[in-house]
Amino acid sequence: MAQYAILIYPGDSAGGPEDLRAHDRHAVELEESGCLTAAFALAPGATATSIRGEAVTDGTFVDAKEVVAGFCVIEAPDLDAALRIAGRNPAVRQGGGVEVRPVAGGFVRTPAHG
Amino acid sequence: MTLDVREAVADAHRRGWAMVLAATVRVTRDPELAEECVQEAYAGALAAWPAAGVPDNPVGWLTTTARRRAVDAVRRNQVYRTKLALLVPPGEDEQPAEIAPPEPGGAVPDERLRLIFMCCHPALSPQVQPALTLRLVCGLSTADIAHAFLVAEPTMAARLTRAKKKIAAARIPFRVPSAAELPGRLPGVLGVIHLLFTTGHTAPSGALLVRADLTGQALHLARMLRDLMPGEPEVRGLLALLLVTDARRGTRVDAEGRLLRLDQQDRSRWDRAAIAEAHDLIVDALHAGRPGRYVLQAAIAALHAQAPAFEQTDWPQILTLYDHLVAVWPSPVAALNRTVALAHVHGPAEALRDLERLEADGRLAGYRYLPAVKADLLQQLGRPAEAAPAYRAALELAGNEPEREFLTRRLAGVDPPAAASIRRAEQPVRAAARSASAPSDR
Repeated sequence: MAQYAILIYPGDSAGGPEDLRAHDRHAVELEESGCLTAAFALAPGATATSIRGEAVTDGTFVDAKEVVAGFCVIEAPDLDAALRIAGRNPAVRQGGGVEVRPVAGGFVRTPAHG
Repeated sequence: MTLDVREAVADAHRRGWAMVLAATVRVTRDPELAEECVQEAYAGALAAWPAAGVPDNPVGWLTTTARRRAVDAVRRNQVYRTKLALLVPPGEDEQPAEIAPPEPGGAVPDERLRLIFMCCHPALSPQVQPALTLRLVCGLSTADIAHAFLVAEPTMAARLTRAKKKIAAARIPFRVPSAAELPGRLPGVLGVIHLLFTTGHTAPSGALLVRADLTGQALHLARMLRDLMPGEPEVRGLLALLLVTDARRGTRVDAEGRLLRLDQQDRSRWDRAAIAEAHDLIVDALHAGRPGRYVLQAAIAALHAQAPAFEQTDWPQILTLYDHLVAVWPSPVAALNRTVALAHVHGPAEALRDLERLEADGRLAGYRYLPAVKADLLQQLGRPAEAAPAYRAALELAGNEPEREFLTRRLAGVDPPAAASIRRAEQPVRAAARSASAPSDR
């Protein structure tokens, strides 16, 4: 098995309540299928702060119209399997899309409860 | 003795490269590592065969040697990773890659087909897919591939390396897609096989017009694909197109290696068996209805091949097929070829109007056949002063020697002094090319 990160780029018009419900349903589906390793939704790009050298600036690191809104890490035997899973992400049908990147290494600490 | 060994290795490279590499990729899943192992195996053959003799099955020997090296390399990597794990806390489970056992012969589809589907995977850029197939499946040199795609050699080398690294890092699978995925993946593969054939059919560089090994590889792959997908009309269409084009191979140049036009070729030397096989494939494919690009291209080529003489070519029928072709396949090259049929049916003036529209849209900039066709049309219209610069433009773009010679002769028909000066400039180059291709003449 290999790990792939799915970086989610929502469409311009996405973000309505029905769109968000589709993402919730998709997340549950991934979790139940057992392939999901980690998943994170990010606050809007407008809340981001970037550091380049000494300079601290407001906004996302890359000044682009399309900004990563979240990502998940999945396990799949090969790229075809990963692409099948990633292709079901609602962003793909909401005018946005996803980028699939192999994971070279990683670490997640499960926060202690309480 | 040494010469025999060299020939045996060269022959095993021509015929066996793809098979040896595919069997090795199965072990490594990393095309770059596999290539290294295969190259070492060929070098090993050059070292071992002079003393031990050429084995009965040279490709089998090379496969076994390359796979053994690959297994060693994969094991070394695993040991390295295991040792590394003692130093670095495991962040994720590093499962050792399973070393694939050799598959029993017979029932399995040719491993070269897996290699092709891997090289033509949609996760690789469309520009790199044919280049990678030429490199991995056909064993072509990076220099030849660079020339075929009109890019600098270092650029092509970097492109190939990037693609190979992606295959390994992203785990692009080494397998033939399932029946459900196949229709979506097939057009890419057909396009690449067709490109392999045309690259071989009109060699990108050198003294010879045709590289039979490359056209042979493409034909072999097209046949295999037909066996794998007997119900797919476009697969039959592609095989038919390659067969009927290849049937005319021996007559495209004269005894001196000069290019001959369709009306100058000796039709009695065309391979009738291949043309008949293509005909049956086309009839079958047309019965399936809604013919695609390759079926239509094959039908056009077959109409040319079946005309008893050039004067008896069924141009109106060919033009009708071209109309269907440009409808299903919006390619500027198809539109350019259509202008030739149009000239025969409705005259060169109308054809030139269509061609100038194509020229204006710019998609064929740098395509050597556009100025060549334009020059011919202008000459037919009695406008030699305009034909001459078009022939010169075609000459500047032509890569191989027979095409250049052909165009220089055409230029001589409209501007003899210009053609003579090109000939004087090229004489030493041409002589060198001839002696390199035919050392026995000396």
